[in-house]
Amino acid sequence: MDKIRIENLDLYYGDFQALKKVNLNIKKNEITAFIGPSGCGKSTLLKCLNRMNDLVEGCRITGEVLLDGENIYGDMDINLLRKRIGMVFQKPNPFPMSVYDNVAFGPRTHGIRSKIKLDDVVERSLRQAAIWDELKDRLKKSALELSGGQQQRLCIARALAVQPEVLLMDEPTSALDPISTSKIEDLAVELKEDYTIIIVTHNMQQAVRIADSTAFFLHGEVIEYASAEELFSMPKDKRTEDYITGRFG
Amino acid sequence: MTKYKESIMKAIFFAAACTSILAVALICLFLFINGIPAMAKIGIFDFLLGTTWKPNNTPPSFGILPMILGSIYVTAGAAVIGVPIGILTAVFMARYCPKRLYRILKPAINLLAGIPSIVYGFFGLVVIVPFIRDTFGGTGSSMLTASILLGIMILPTIAGVSESAIRAVPQSYYEGGLALGASHERSIFFVMLPAAKSGIMAAVVLGIGRAIGETMAVIMVAGNQARMPAGLLKGVRTLTANIIIEMGYAAELHREALIATAVVLFVFILIINLLLSLLKRRTG
Amino acid sequence: MECINKRSFGQKLKAYKRSPLSLALFLLVLVSTILTIGILLFLIGYIMIRGIPNIKPELFQWEYNTLNVSLMPALINTVIMTFISLLIAVPIAVFSAIYLVEYAKRGNRLVGIIRITAETLSGIPSIVYGLFGLLFFVTALGWGMSLLAGAFTLSIMILPLVMRTAEEALKAVPDSYREGSYGLGAGKLRTVFRIVLPSAMPGILAGVILGIGRIVGESAALIYTAGTVAEIPKGRDFLFDSTRTLSVHMYALTSEGLYVKQSYATAVILLFIVVLINWFSGYIAKKLSKA
Repeated sequence: MDKIRIENLDLYYGDFQALKKVNLNIKKNEITAFIGPSGCGKSTLLKCLNRMNDLVEGCRITGEVLLDGENIYGDMDINLLRKRIGMVFQKPNPFPMSVYDNVAFGPRTHGIRSKIKLDDVVERSLRQAAIWDELKDRLKKSALELSGGQQQRLCIARALAVQPEVLLMDEPTSALDPISTSKIEDLAVELKEDYTIIIVTHNMQQAVRIADSTAFFLHGEVIEYASAEELFSMPKDKRTEDYITGRFG
Repeated sequence: MTKYKESIMKAIFFAAACTSILAVALICLFLFINGIPAMAKIGIFDFLLGTTWKPNNTPPSFGILPMILGSIYVTAGAAVIGVPIGILTAVFMARYCPKRLYRILKPAINLLAGIPSIVYGFFGLVVIVPFIRDTFGGTGSSMLTASILLGIMILPTIAGVSESAIRAVPQSYYEGGLALGASHERSIFFVMLPAAKSGIMAAVVLGIGRAIGETMAVIMVAGNQARMPAGLLKGVRTLTANIIIEMGYAAELHREALIATAVVLFVFILIINLLLSLLKRRTG
Repeated sequence: MECINKRSFGQKLKAYKRSPLSLALFLLVLVSTILTIGILLFLIGYIMIRGIPNIKPELFQWEYNTLNVSLMPALINTVIMTFISLLIAVPIAVFSAIYLVEYAKRGNRLVGIIRITAETLSGIPSIVYGLFGLLFFVTALGWGMSLLAGAFTLSIMILPLVMRTAEEALKAVPDSYREGSYGLGAGKLRTVFRIVLPSAMPGILAGVILGIGRIVGESAALIYTAGTVAEIPKGRDFLFDSTRTLSVHMYALTSEGLYVKQSYATAVILLFIVVLINWFSGYIAKKLSKA
């Protein structure tokens, strides 16, 4: 079943066309990986899905993006859209406040005031992000004191706390050490039971390890989109093959 | 020969660098030497906590509590007016303002900072004083008038320093807020402003320093009665006003008491400076 | 094809409807900014409208008397005062910036003390400078209320401002310039004067202009150091004559209460100078950022 449908999407930064006629269907409760050399448009497409590209001056988008059949660039409230489609950034960006306030920020934004409910959401989200045991005694400590890996998992917990349907991950492990990376990969696999996950990665092994479907991007185009197994073992396109065998990029 | 010149010039540069140390030392020395004995003669408590300032009475009384309170009240009033408006203007400048508009607004705010106190004072005298008089009655020269005028005068300081504090907050905090479904306003006010707290506090402290030290504008609108502050619509005299109004004709102990008033003001400023450098260290 | 990622006014309004707090915050921000700019426009507009009709030729006569209330002597005094203050302050400020940036070793304790004292100086109110000038230059050194006492007082006042901007300008000069110069066998002094200072000049100039702005606007520090005599100093001992600058002149006019029209006119001239100074320093800063 398709959670997100992207139809005929073109994106320009000024005169530069960063995405060309992208058509892609993202399946529910799967991990979809976007791979490709840097500058190929994979992060740009990701940011179209929660409208973060709106922040970029001179960015023009045409086409359609549907979430459960509903046009996200239409009448849907942008803040509700971002509540439904959460995002984890490349560099961990916890707010300069306590661990608790970081996780509670989203629920508070969406109107939860009761202390009991908030406590509950914070604990559940931290547990989901597999970091509760490490942090349960440090909830009042500043989030900036945590290690990079902990910060990123905190950011995942923060994103989960608003109960999104989709989780966008923009190279979430590129700033982390191997141990933290594997923790986050395990976490992603666990989370796909409840969420639809889209992960941008420059690390092909990561896509092999965790992705169900994989899309290969080059120069703003989707060259090939298939199940991860298929794409990596028998790529149909010559350019995909060149990329995954390391001939360029 | 060249080496000779090098070392002479190095000595000259060094001497120049020491000028500011010398200046601060001289200022402290001359204020304290002339001011402290007066405090001793009057009695430190009678001076700081005395509620009457009647230098021409026999025996004269030199209590500056009215002026200390006057300065504090007027400054607090200025902060109440200038701080929120200044910070909100800074938010606009840093996070709302389109680039084209910014090119006009930024110089405008700098201009606001560059207008001489005497012009502000005159503006207060011909616009704000009559306005207060017509609206609330009384003479119009009052604590409220002075607070409004000082509030306006510290606006550009607070707006300017807060703006750079907000601009120093990483964009990733803002994006993090948005990505959780928070609105533009929520991301700014509940993520970015808390992150810019130290810098904004520094802006406020700087503004307070400006307000407490302001002289010319205040004496033109505050009424300057040397008595305990009696209400928002009554006249007050600040420490700065006390000095500038009476220095022209004061002699002997009266003159020394005015210098001692400056010592008190100076101590206030030193405390504010100390706060400021603590805040700066926290901002890194 | 239609661009889909622009939010229409209606969509934004709808989002605000859903979140009244956001709307309230947005309105507060908007109102505050309008207020800030409105105050500026009102102040300038009010003074211009009342003042410009009062700018009359007799205000610019060479001699001041109670009939013409000429501001010409004060205007000329302002120029002289500015010139002398800069003559004292700028070399000291630039030299000390040179010491801090080019000579002082990292972690030098003296540098810390110099920074702290400079910060202290920039926080001291002008009335305290005025009082110090009165006690030191006027009384202790026996200069009397004079051009010189006023100029020295003002030069201490603008010292930290010019020093800080000069320091920043020097720091902004890339190290490669210095290395290039050393590479050609130039000594430190030659490098500083021939390479570093010229490239830092626009930044230093911007600081100097800000300093001029403060001098022109200053009144509290001058009343008891330079006095209030409305004449252009003359003769051999002109440095020891008492003078009033334009700001002090305006204070004298308003406090006497008799010359409201002339006060408006003087305010216009002062505002005009300040706008000019601001424009000029902005212009230099713009040139700087382009270079």
